[in-house]
Amino acid sequence: MRAFLRDHRKQGILSLAFLMLWGVFAAASPGTFTNLRIYRSFLSTLPVPLILALGMTLLVTLGEMDLSFPSVTAASAYVFAFLYSQGYASPPLALGAALAAGLLMGWCNGLLVVVVGVPSIIATIGTQFLWRGLVLLLADGLAIPLGSLRGEPLHFLLVGRIGAWGIPLQALWAVVIALFLAFLLNRHPFGDALLFIGDNRKTAAMMGIPVRRVRIMAFMLMGLLAALAGVLATFELNNWWPTQGEGYMLMVFAAVFVGGTSAYGGEGTIYGSFIGAIMIGIIEAGIVSAGLTGFWTRFIHGLVIILSVSVYALLERKKRGDEG
Amino acid sequence: MEPLVRMRNITKSFGSISALRGVDLDLYPGEVLALLGDNGAGKSTLIKVLSGLHAPDSGEMEVRGKRVNWKKHTVGAARKMGVETVYQERSLGEKQPLWRNIFVGRHITRGLWRRIDVNREKEITMELLSGFLGLSGVGLTAEARVCTLSGGEQQGLAIARAMHFDASIIILDEPTTALGVSEVRKVLSFVDRIRREGRCCVFISHELHHVHAIADRFAIMEHGKIEGVYPRESTSLEDLVGFLLLGKGGCS
Repeated sequence: MRAFLRDHRKQGILSLAFLMLWGVFAAASPGTFTNLRIYRSFLSTLPVPLILALGMTLLVTLGEMDLSFPSVTAASAYVFAFLYSQGYASPPLALGAALAAGLLMGWCNGLLVVVVGVPSIIATIGTQFLWRGLVLLLADGLAIPLGSLRGEPLHFLLVGRIGAWGIPLQALWAVVIALFLAFLLNRHPFGDALLFIGDNRKTAAMMGIPVRRVRIMAFMLMGLLAALAGVLATFELNNWWPTQGEGYMLMVFAAVFVGGTSAYGGEGTIYGSFIGAIMIGIIEAGIVSAGLTGFWTRFIHGLVIILSVSVYALLERKKRGDEG
Repeated sequence: MEPLVRMRNITKSFGSISALRGVDLDLYPGEVLALLGDNGAGKSTLIKVLSGLHAPDSGEMEVRGKRVNWKKHTVGAARKMGVETVYQERSLGEKQPLWRNIFVGRHITRGLWRRIDVNREKEITMELLSGFLGLSGVGLTAEARVCTLSGGEQQGLAIARAMHFDASIIILDEPTTALGVSEVRKVLSFVDRIRREGRCCVFISHELHHVHAIADRFAIMEHGKIEGVYPRESTSLEDLVGFLLLGKGGCS
């Protein structure tokens, strides 16, 4: 147990910080935070940024990033909305097409970064504009209402409410994805390859890891998860809209870094990003229900981000100091 | 004695630069062969050919009597034949735990999902640490990060890894550069261990006194060719210094 805590110090500190934040909110507005309603609302809205943050964790661990995910989210969901609303495809088929579109856009990012050699931060700024522009052109800038989705079995499967408490199913999917990605990162050779490539790409190549293939696959996985997030958001609101995903950019990176994943690559924590995304996600509701103006939200977001990354940096320095 | 590796007339060019111009070299079990020469003489290209990072333009190589197919010559293929290289500062993931470094690229996996058997891997890592490396410090666990080990211990970890995976030809690229005296002593003892177990060690270094203290033969490279291979019995440290540093052509 002590060894576990020593090896997972960051996760421990983060968990405490999360409980403290929740405690402060609960103390400030007990009426809101002891009522089931707010949690049901969190469970319906948080899964989308959560899934995005989990995918980004793997990319950051690899030493890359993807700034195009908001556009990939919107473009993939557009594929679904277009095919379904025009009657070209049943919902499952349209879902498959949307996920394939996400994979394809991720593959393009991967090719630009790995084959052409453009740094990922620059390449994905480019594709972010590209896919958003394309989808605005195709949709003529208009939203696509999808009211008829509500009766579909797939609608229930993705975003239905289950049990006496009406738990949104997308929350369950987010947990399943988190568990799967945690397994992938920590207990699978693919995750091992991500860690070593992020740590030292030359070492990884020398040790026989197929570096190029793994890097391209990681971008494709991010594309797939962005597509899934986009479809979930579309199902939840029974609507597709052209600026979908835009609000998630900074939130997702904040969640990853608040969670304790290293910006230098070679280290990443799925648990951290999971908690980080929830912390970032509940701040707005916490502030508003405490009776403060919504303007506080950004300030507190900033505070939480700066505090957490400073603590991690100090921990890292101490560790290196210990080690001479 | 049959050589473990037989290289014949290996050539390799990069653009208009010929890095290797017809290299012949045999490596034998239970020997330490020092590969010497100035920067640019072709040492690193030669070991990259040996270890599967480059395929040469022409030439032949046999490992334990088996002809190498250059079209399928990769790091993985070379390792399967028992050739493993320990590069200076490039063999380990500094931020990764020891057990991941031992098993990177070669994990013990179970089942359809290829789940890494972490407990087994940690066990083996601890055995290697206390056995080969002679490390059993309090609090030293398989979860420790590589950067907590000294430079000599890091070289030792990479060598232990190669030996665990049954490498019969272990290539060390500048393993003693930038190490203190006691660390050098550690590394040389690891090299001696490779030899005593009947494996072959190719030792690349500019540190002539380290090389002379441990190697059985000295292969001197110049302009992409092996100028000569000299046995230790008839070669003094002065000969090596004279040839490599003072340019007095040819050892005894």
